[in-house]
Amino acid sequence: MIPAPFDYVTAATVDEAVGHLQRFGDDAKLIAGGQSLVPLMRLRLAQPSALVDISRMRGADAITREDGHLSVGAGVHHADIERSPAVRDALPLLAAVAHEVGDNQVRNLGTMGGVIAHGDAAGDYCALALMLDAEIVTSKRRHAASGFFKDVFTTALEPDEVVTAVRFPVATGAHAYQKFRRRLFDWAIAGVMVQRTEAGWRVGYVNLGPTAVRGAGVEQALAQGAAPAEAARRATQGLEPRDDVRATAAYKRHLATVLTQRALESAA
Amino acid sequence: MAVTSMIGARIQRREDPRLVTGHGTYIDDITRPHMVHMAVVRSPYAHAAIRSIDVSRARSAPGVVAALTAADFRTVLSGAVPVTNSFVADKKQVPDQFFIAEGEVAYQGEPVAVVVAGDRYAAADAAQLVHVDYEPLPAVMDLEKAMAPGAALVKRDRPDNIGWDTVFAGGDIDAAFAEAEVTVKERITQQRLFPVPMEGRGCIAEFDEYDNHLTIWTSTQVPHFIRLFVGGGMGLAESQVRVISHDVGGGFGSKLRPYPEEYLACGASKLLSRPVKWIEERSENLVATTHGRGQIFDVEVAAKRDGTLLGLRFTQILDIGAYHGVFSAFQAVACLIAGGCYGWKAVNGRSIGVFTNRTSTDPYRGAGRPEGTHLCERAVDLMARELGMDPVEIRRKNFVHDFPHPNNFGLVYDSGDYDKTLNRALEIADYQGLRRRQQEMRAQGRYLGIGLCTYVEICGLGPSGPTAAAAGVALVESSTVRVHPTGSVTVNVGTHAHGQGHDTTFAQIVADGLGVPYESVDIRHGDTADTPFGYGTYGSRSLAVGGISILKSCQKVVEKARRLAAHVFEAAEEDIVHERGSYHVKGSPDNAKTIGELAFAAHGAGLPEGMEHGLEAVTYFDPPNFVWPFGAHICVVEVDQHTGAVEVQRYIAVDDCGNVINPMIVDGQIHGGIAQGLSQALFEEVRYDDESGQLLTGTFLDYLVPTIAEMPHFETDRTVTPSPTNELGVKGIGEAGTIAASAAVINAVVDALSPFGVRHVEMPARPDRILELIHNGGGDGHNPGAGREVTA
Repeated sequence: MIPAPFDYVTAATVDEAVGHLQRFGDDAKLIAGGQSLVPLMRLRLAQPSALVDISRMRGADAITREDGHLSVGAGVHHADIERSPAVRDALPLLAAVAHEVGDNQVRNLGTMGGVIAHGDAAGDYCALALMLDAEIVTSKRRHAASGFFKDVFTTALEPDEVVTAVRFPVATGAHAYQKFRRRLFDWAIAGVMVQRTEAGWRVGYVNLGPTAVRGAGVEQALAQGAAPAEAARRATQGLEPRDDVRATAAYKRHLATVLTQRALESAA
Repeated sequence: MAVTSMIGARIQRREDPRLVTGHGTYIDDITRPHMVHMAVVRSPYAHAAIRSIDVSRARSAPGVVAALTAADFRTVLSGAVPVTNSFVADKKQVPDQFFIAEGEVAYQGEPVAVVVAGDRYAAADAAQLVHVDYEPLPAVMDLEKAMAPGAALVKRDRPDNIGWDTVFAGGDIDAAFAEAEVTVKERITQQRLFPVPMEGRGCIAEFDEYDNHLTIWTSTQVPHFIRLFVGGGMGLAESQVRVISHDVGGGFGSKLRPYPEEYLACGASKLLSRPVKWIEERSENLVATTHGRGQIFDVEVAAKRDGTLLGLRFTQILDIGAYHGVFSAFQAVACLIAGGCYGWKAVNGRSIGVFTNRTSTDPYRGAGRPEGTHLCERAVDLMARELGMDPVEIRRKNFVHDFPHPNNFGLVYDSGDYDKTLNRALEIADYQGLRRRQQEMRAQGRYLGIGLCTYVEICGLGPSGPTAAAAGVALVESSTVRVHPTGSVTVNVGTHAHGQGHDTTFAQIVADGLGVPYESVDIRHGDTADTPFGYGTYGSRSLAVGGISILKSCQKVVEKARRLAAHVFEAAEEDIVHERGSYHVKGSPDNAKTIGELAFAAHGAGLPEGMEHGLEAVTYFDPPNFVWPFGAHICVVEVDQHTGAVEVQRYIAVDDCGNVINPMIVDGQIHGGIAQGLSQALFEEVRYDDESGQLLTGTFLDYLVPTIAEMPHFETDRTVTPSPTNELGVKGIGEAGTIAASAAVINAVVDALSPFGVRHVEMPARPDRILELIHNGGGDGHNPGAGREVTA
């Protein structure tokens, strides 16, 4: 459980972080909370040549609301998202989702940017960003969430690109997150989040495909006036869960249906 | 410092301020001058031939002192990992396990080389540079396939994969089944578990080549075993070896044996003339430290239609792993106690130990008794179900009532009152109320389950006669009690605490046994240089064997002090009154001397003719019998029929461990024990790939150790039925919770699912497994079809 040797530098600004990434090359990794990266390094499944520590980087630590959007800095910890009055006002589902991430230790260290950049299909925020058409703001550009999550642990980020914020549209309607796991602090075996917006229901799936998945079929059914149980029958459309040590793909698909109905029925 | 009655006092553990503030001394807290660090290179394969090992790159890496393989260790180590009889003296084969692989690896995680470097980081980096050329061989993973003639072999030099095949026959089983009006059969599996102590293993070996002495600091439950066996592997006598084990962060049975790494660190220290430290990483702990359970039981129960139990017949197929554990066959004790707290005409268990290409199994909290209890309590529930009886009634009808009770194998239950614990548990649970609620909820499509486990446990290993016959060693226990000249007391014991709180409970016994202030008593364990030979701590033995040894040493000291008091008071010995550590002549209580004052006199001049100086005693206690705690646990669950999730709503435990030294510590043991048993029932499961033999649950991401968030509130109570086996009337309590809990939980889950035709649920009761059972009605054709339609 001892990582391979690596260089370590800190970045005080986004420009510095980008500079370090360019200098160290492809093998360098950004580290903020390290809640996914450090375990991988300790198992030597990841052996970055250098870590660029952005945990004290300026300009990525704010939560702001403007123009119908809630901007969450990449460096904001889950615990701060969970407790933020601004988040609770503008996008209460995000506060609820943050509350379900890991355990207290993870929530105190892990960050919004870390989850998004890691691109794990089980990363709770990825589904939310995708279903709400959020924007991923980086040192280079603004990515639409719909094109950002490419494949298993693969995003549209370039090697020297730093996520600085995620801009979610404000949504205060009925919402719910159903996260099914066996231990409270685990990743979701399967998760479903729903949000009622002015444009209709939005549905997102956690850990039910190579990336986060948007529940387009369910959204469409709801738009056509389907009741929760009926809409939930379209939950598995577009899902590609895999067998793993936690559960079979068939079981996860079944959960998607059950949890979709429960989320829609419990949305408040 | 007042002298008060301490036995039975609910006092806080005196070791806790040190331990909970991070001031304990664990292996990794210890540093020795010129110490170097060892990393172990392990097999990534379950089974492979080793064509060659190239350590040249590792040897030349920065900071590296040495890279060593079997050929190097053969020059300083001899012998093999010891294997004890443990209930099966006539094993079919006992293959030698040298401490590091030679030519072939037989489980993922087997040591193949070590790298020693100036620091841990350099050692870990260089370990990656050792190149081993493996030729993968078929992995033997399936127990039943492994038993078949002509099966692939776990190691190429073995005749077959059978370690033992023994029948434990308690009575005429055929006659019992001939009388049967009803029989039921089931296959009941005990999945493999990781013991998961909070502190992994670790050791420091320091060989002194000038006077040929070896000191080993190690995280163990058995310092004296380590001295005997590891010293032996180094060709040293006990007098040349000192084993020190300060604080130990849990063991659960996984630290009650010498391990290859302890031998390897000692060998490396001798080869390099440096102290060598090895600290087990968590990912190593999961492959290199022994596992628990790993058994399949095929069970058949015979009964009369009125619920009278007649016969219990079963086969235990036990996954030994690649090599025998030191106590590999100990889990066969499941056969001897599978009858539980019921009267049977006959109990017959065949135990077959089968080698596979997995890590060795060895005792894990309860060791054979959770398996036997789970088997029995499931079997009794299955029979109740078949007969349409309430699970409470079938238990009551068959409880043993007369004590002492020889069971079918001649083991003598020393005492018990099984109705008492059951009645109390039913009262706390409001059993009838729960049954009514279950009916109401079923009408709403919700599935409540109520599960019982009434258990009896054999512990307090052990009386030398039966223990030596079964285990191959006597398992008596030792103590010395020494009163210093000014009255403080040092007690040295052969047991070894690793979370049990012995510093507190043993001091409570001594405070009362001598009549001295609790604060004046110091308990010392874990250093072979200042403790008498002892067998260590496991099997809930430390109080019932070690604690009684301490009491007896105290009694010897009290008697010597009485003789001295008679001399000091110039009175006859029989006129001396001893009350709470104070001596006086009958009728003159105002002129008294404390045991401390007499200790001073015992170290001075003018002792009686023939009396030696000093005030101390040694005792090796050999108990006349085991002790037999018992209890009744009730678990209440609700199963979500749409997801298969199990929610534990209530857990009630009424245990009887005889007299209690410290209720707070007993409560703690019960809580922790239940947590581990509940965890086996619902969460934990070591999984390997069936084909490749690769471990699939190699991190805590995939191996589900639960947290407090997954635990229900435990509603505990006690009854007190003192053991007649020892003077304190005590029994053991370290394993009771684990022994009872898995059966209580699974019986509750099965009860909840009974409307779906489910008869049995394997552990862990994973949601996906349960959903499948709901859909298939247990897959046994019994499904009446109720609730088969699953909708959200």
